[in-house]
Amino acid sequence: MKRIIFSEIEGRSAGFRGLAVTLGVFFLAGLAAVVYVEHAGHYVTGGSNQVVWGIPDVFAMFLIVAASGVLNVAIISSVFRKTLYRPLERLSCLLALAMLLGGLMILVLDLGRPDRVIVAMLNRNFTSIFAWNFYLYTGFIAIVVVYLWLQMERRMNRFVPAAGMVALLWRLALTTGSGSIYGVLVAREAYGSAIMAPLFIAMSFSFGLAVYNLVLLAACKGSGRDIGDVLLRRLGRLLGIFVAVVLYFTAVQHLTNLYAAEHSGVERFILRDGGIYTLLFWGGQVMVGGLLPLVLVFVSSRRGLRPGGRTVALASVLVITGAFCQLYVLIIGGQAYPLTLFPGMEVSSSFYDGVVASYTPSLPEIGLGLGGVALAGLVVLFGIKLLRFLPTTLENAAIDPHYLGVRRAPGNSE
Amino acid sequence: MNMNRKTENVGVTPGFDSGRRRFLGTLSAAAGVTLAPGVFLYGAGASRPVVARELDVAVSGAARWGMLIDVKRCDSGCNECVSACVEENGLQGHGRPATDAQWIRKVNVRDPDTGLSQSLPVMCQHCAEPPCVDVCPTGASFKRADGIVLVDRHRCIGCRYCMMACPYKARSFVHEELEDQKPHTPRGKGTVEGCTLCVHRIDAGGQPACVEACGKTGGKAMLFGDLKDSGSEISQRVASYATQQIRADLGLDPGVRYQNL
Repeated sequence: MKRIIFSEIEGRSAGFRGLAVTLGVFFLAGLAAVVYVEHAGHYVTGGSNQVVWGIPDVFAMFLIVAASGVLNVAIISSVFRKTLYRPLERLSCLLALAMLLGGLMILVLDLGRPDRVIVAMLNRNFTSIFAWNFYLYTGFIAIVVVYLWLQMERRMNRFVPAAGMVALLWRLALTTGSGSIYGVLVAREAYGSAIMAPLFIAMSFSFGLAVYNLVLLAACKGSGRDIGDVLLRRLGRLLGIFVAVVLYFTAVQHLTNLYAAEHSGVERFILRDGGIYTLLFWGGQVMVGGLLPLVLVFVSSRRGLRPGGRTVALASVLVITGAFCQLYVLIIGGQAYPLTLFPGMEVSSSFYDGVVASYTPSLPEIGLGLGGVALAGLVVLFGIKLLRFLPTTLENAAIDPHYLGVRRAPGNSE
Repeated sequence: MNMNRKTENVGVTPGFDSGRRRFLGTLSAAAGVTLAPGVFLYGAGASRPVVARELDVAVSGAARWGMLIDVKRCDSGCNECVSACVEENGLQGHGRPATDAQWIRKVNVRDPDTGLSQSLPVMCQHCAEPPCVDVCPTGASFKRADGIVLVDRHRCIGCRYCMMACPYKARSFVHEELEDQKPHTPRGKGTVEGCTLCVHRIDAGGQPACVEACGKTGGKAMLFGDLKDSGSEISQRVASYATQQIRADLGLDPGVRYQNL
């Protein structure tokens, strides 16, 4: 294998400037939305006393879950010693940092009192998963920064596997923490299950790789760098495996719930009678985010069509679309379904007891969510402009140690 | 020196106050017994009067404040407890029911198999094992030694995790600017709040506004008192009659119990 050379992107093209300005506008719009909501009060959002976490939390959870998952690409190289992934390590770390920052920005600015974030830093209640997450998030940032430095400083490269192992364990803990935010909510029928932690870990693998694929493809295309089909095929198939794992955990989650008569109400709601939530579950999460990408990456390759850049990009877009649907169903749908105060009884009150709560995302909330995505995008965009995150080429000959210089026949497995 | 004097003053006044309250409480209890022998007067207070707490003395765990609600006496058309709570704590809304705060609400419960309908007030159940306290990242949600679950409005960051965790939907998020707040019930936009069991009244030796209103103009369905005092009316009632806790299966040991539910 040849020595990998990393370089900055030039960052002077019209495309780069256009993207930077667009992201900047979305970031500022997100901040403006926060000022507006904090001034007027949260009644201007779609949130209520029934649905207390809205679309900003969908964006935040997507970014945080995907941040831990996107780091897998580096871990596959440094812990599992897959040399093909070696050139992908640095971008993996940068994306992990950027997405976590974006997610945290949304979480903090969606608070009722974001000005009191210092209070959260000074007072911590250790029975709260949120308090644990404070350490998991800050620890993640510290570990990934060190991990990245060890990768970029050639003399320190020998410590990369050890750092990768720490990063792997930490990212698993972090996603366990994210899933457990919902897992510990025993009173809410849609949550309150230990499966939330492994489900979120599976989601992170899938969502993270989908984001990685898209960013890698866009960055290489934008800066005129080649990606060989060996790598594309690997990334596509790996995404397919992760998508299948998410589908598996989703099936276990709902089948287990269906067996418990007490949870049949919430299952009927999500799977059959929930209107928009049922549509998003079957149409968005299962079909668009699950089955379609599986067909794209597996069936297309079986039929002799190598998954090229477009196929991988399309599969990744579908996975991310499904991811938002899944988080929307989980976070919003789980709250829309009413709490059961009196099992088996019909209830009504002036406080929406016994009725499905309505929620419509408001513009400021969507603005805040997109602002967090824009922050992550800006960090990556300027990261790859200022430092050497991207390999100069990802051609087969440059990265595949087994590449013989002869193109394999279509359909030949590796 | 000044500080010492201040402490002395603070120590003297409530002591005097509580003595007077104790006397008045005994007097009213005696009057109640004399005026209505044999009639069980709900909401008239505990057998041993609630004693005002000295302001410089920490809350003690000797008491556990609780409530017993007789659902049979609670009329579906009566809203006295809710109105009293709104008035007492300054909870007048903005005409937006989805986002306006409700610390206590009347819930209509109907058994679909038998058709039996009941109406009962639901508020913070002041659990012994409150999930809201467990999940609060900053410790703003806390349980006092005497069992009252409260939110420290200065420490609440408005994350709303307690609202996600509460099985009783007992908490509200302040969605809008507030005006004309009551001095004894400080509230804040962007923070979470819920029934305080009228802690300001209890600390002054009184009882919650909802219980008082129910006793005066309602169905006399609510009884407030110390669950740890075996001589209190509430303790005797829960010892003599079958009572229920909402979602007892969750094992949270709520301080609010229901009779004839």
